[in-house]
Amino acid sequence: MKVAVVVFPGTNCEVDTKHAYETLGQEVELVWHKEERLPQEVDLVVLPGGFSYGDYLRSAAIAKFSPIMKEVQSHAKKGGYVLGICNGFQMLLEMGLLPGAMKRNANVHFVSKYHHLKVENSTNQFLRHLTSGQIINIPIAHGEGNYFIDETGLTSLRANNQILLTYCDAQGNPQNPNGSVANIAGICNEAKNVFGLMPHPERAIEALLGSKDGRAMLEGFVA
Amino acid sequence: MKVIVNVQLKNGVLDPQGKAVHHALGSLGFNGVNDVRIGKQILLDVAGTDAKTVKEEVTKMCEELLANTVIEDYTIELA
Repeated sequence: MKVAVVVFPGTNCEVDTKHAYETLGQEVELVWHKEERLPQEVDLVVLPGGFSYGDYLRSAAIAKFSPIMKEVQSHAKKGGYVLGICNGFQMLLEMGLLPGAMKRNANVHFVSKYHHLKVENSTNQFLRHLTSGQIINIPIAHGEGNYFIDETGLTSLRANNQILLTYCDAQGNPQNPNGSVANIAGICNEAKNVFGLMPHPERAIEALLGSKDGRAMLEGFVA
Repeated sequence: MKVIVNVQLKNGVLDPQGKAVHHALGSLGFNGVNDVRIGKQILLDVAGTDAKTVKEEVTKMCEELLANTVIEDYTIELA
């Protein structure tokens, strides 16, 4: 499988993401945001975490105008896989590839810690190695992860099984670190080829790092 | 022409920053504050001089970049 990891000024998780997919035996190319073409026959485009353009104006508000994003849009429209992690999730929302918007965390603090997550729907490529209802533990690190969507939008996310992950405690009871609507930590589009989540699976791929729960997620895209 | 754009979270969308500041004001003894909402002001200096054209142009800027209309409202003031 060929993976492209897009790098913006201010991105800081591209090397971890590359390392994670290389550990899984995949070919990974870092692609600078000024490029106008994705690598040939790319299977998965990852928009990694960080602070693109210093979070100026709003998180991810400016990244969507980078030249490479037209290609990312068309890759997604053609049904290609796109994964947005943290700042990458914010980009997918700003680009309109995923519904909703991100607000400042409810407690106005930057939250950086391991957090338990509940797998809500595993009937998709990303979470296919996990099971619905499973509790996993993965780091979160964000100041704007307070996901917002209106009632109508939430109803349709639920109806189409687009809610991927919700925040919870070790027992699976809802526990919300940022004020996110319905404790949402990650969603996908209706076609189930575009995925966004605030937690960082690439930081949880080896027991040495404290958790390898992220590995099964990233492996979902590997044939 | 100078243009003032105000961007604000929509009514009904909880404003975490406003809430925190409201709380802090209360701690300082300012108890008469009913609510605090925080937004941002963007000052533009544009070349155009025709008010109507400028307003249309700035509206496009707001829709495409300056505001996230999923959660934010904006106002445009020509000065």
